[in-house]
Amino acid sequence: MIQLKTITYNIATDKMSTDSSAVSNQRPAIEFKSSTFAVPALILNSADLKTINTKIIQKIQQAPDFFKNSPILLDIQQLTNEKLELNLSELLKLIRSHTLIPIALRGGDNVQNDIALKSGLFIQPLQTTLDADKSMIQPATPIAAKKSPPPNPAPSPTAALRSPIRAERRAAENAAAHAKIITSPIRSGQRVYSEGDLIIMSQVSAGAEIMAEGNIHVYGSLRGRALAGVLGKLDSRIFCFDCQAELISIAGNYKVKDDLDPVMQHKPVQIYLQNQALIIKEL
Amino acid sequence: MARIIVVTSGKGGVGKTTTSAAISMGLAKKGHKTAVIDFDVGLRNLDLIMGCERRVIYDLVNVINKEASLNQALIKDKRCEKLFILPASQTRDKDALHLEGVGRVLEELSKDFDYIVCDSPAGIEKGAHLAMYFADDAFVVTNPEVSSVRDSDRMLGILASKSRRAENNEEPIREYLLLSRYSPERVRLGEMLSVADVQEILSLNLLGVIPESKSVLNASNSGVPVILDDKSDAGHAYADIIDRYLGINKPHRFIEEEKRSLFNKLFRGR
Repeated sequence: MIQLKTITYNIATDKMSTDSSAVSNQRPAIEFKSSTFAVPALILNSADLKTINTKIIQKIQQAPDFFKNSPILLDIQQLTNEKLELNLSELLKLIRSHTLIPIALRGGDNVQNDIALKSGLFIQPLQTTLDADKSMIQPATPIAAKKSPPPNPAPSPTAALRSPIRAERRAAENAAAHAKIITSPIRSGQRVYSEGDLIIMSQVSAGAEIMAEGNIHVYGSLRGRALAGVLGKLDSRIFCFDCQAELISIAGNYKVKDDLDPVMQHKPVQIYLQNQALIIKEL
Repeated sequence: MARIIVVTSGKGGVGKTTTSAAISMGLAKKGHKTAVIDFDVGLRNLDLIMGCERRVIYDLVNVINKEASLNQALIKDKRCEKLFILPASQTRDKDALHLEGVGRVLEELSKDFDYIVCDSPAGIEKGAHLAMYFADDAFVVTNPEVSSVRDSDRMLGILASKSRRAENNEEPIREYLLLSRYSPERVRLGEMLSVADVQEILSLNLLGVIPESKSVLNASNSGVPVILDDKSDAGHAYADIIDRYLGINKPHRFIEEEKRSLFNKLFRGR
């Protein structure tokens, strides 16, 4: 009836000061900064408010603290597709009565979008549902791009807010700000994400996934997936001591193991992007 | 305070219960008061391997639910007075376990035992999670084949991120590799991963190699931990493992093929 999934918002805007009259050595009165947060998506497969109510109660009972005052994204595209009648205002009341805070609507028709906007929700464009399931951490990972490798960096759900150039600048700022250094092995099934560079002093096992907005360095065997420049930073590179990767990707341009030149296996290599082609070069 | 050892693997059928039985007996025979707990609720096996299945009255779930005291549920081994077995419940499932209850049982056991060996069920779900959550040391049992190695790797990731030590930012669990069902002959024929292959993939401290041996099945069927079988090389391998774990430096055995003389080939056969 209902499903809960987590999706991640990545809102990257330019840092900008709107208070030009501020004294130069003072902090500006307001600042817009990028921030990332995860939101559970409530996916409705039924328009019956009673059913929804009982299911929500059941779900909340499993983890009351988790859901208390939790923001929530409403996904009603299934209902729209099946042309089921949904009383959106009543549904919003119901959700709010369970101390959930609906913040966005996805997959509604024009009338419903209007109601949502008037109730203080924003409208989430539909294309993110494709990668929302697979990518918990980063909507702009090439997992989305894999479906149709785009000529440009992976399209982002919040494209309106973020041009590649801005993302690139932000990634550059972050890379300088915080590179993440990891000294223990990354095991199968683990995921690591760095907002800047990612430096791994050990091995990355098959089935592990390492992602960075900047460059990736692996001073051990790389057997898992490595994705550099996940926000579209085209000049990110991957360096590794012993390349046996399952998948490598730079700014949404990826190659799987089958497509990698076997000659480069088990060798120290660097991987970079040149004219939208991944170049793998021995170090 | 007892040291809590989890015997785990991710994959099933690699020899976790055999190992749990052998090392708990090994530690007890060295004079350490040892308890071995079967966490495989619903698929109780350890009691069979330990040969105490006819003496099970209460089990782990009874103790967790406070229906029995620990002393009522612990079964004293007949061969070694330092060894006690806490069996799993056969009529329940893993949902009968919970973190608070398991924590309480382990804390109580810690007071007068030296070692607590937790025999983890296969998988990475609740039973396996609870078996490893409170561990100080992990014995990761792996067979020399790719799926077992991959599952062990996954388990190592879970040990490093979801244990009590990881959550409290304490010193991480000490991880040891036990390579079981190893056959140097099949490695030579290219049918099996070698010790070096497995160690390269897992980069883990090798505690010992247990050779593939008929005596393991015999021991299991007769309810005698294989470490008690003096004639079995698997038993010797487990004895070495106990020594190494306790800090005695012993060279690794059973990695190379045994050189057999013509006489052996003719008369011992295989």
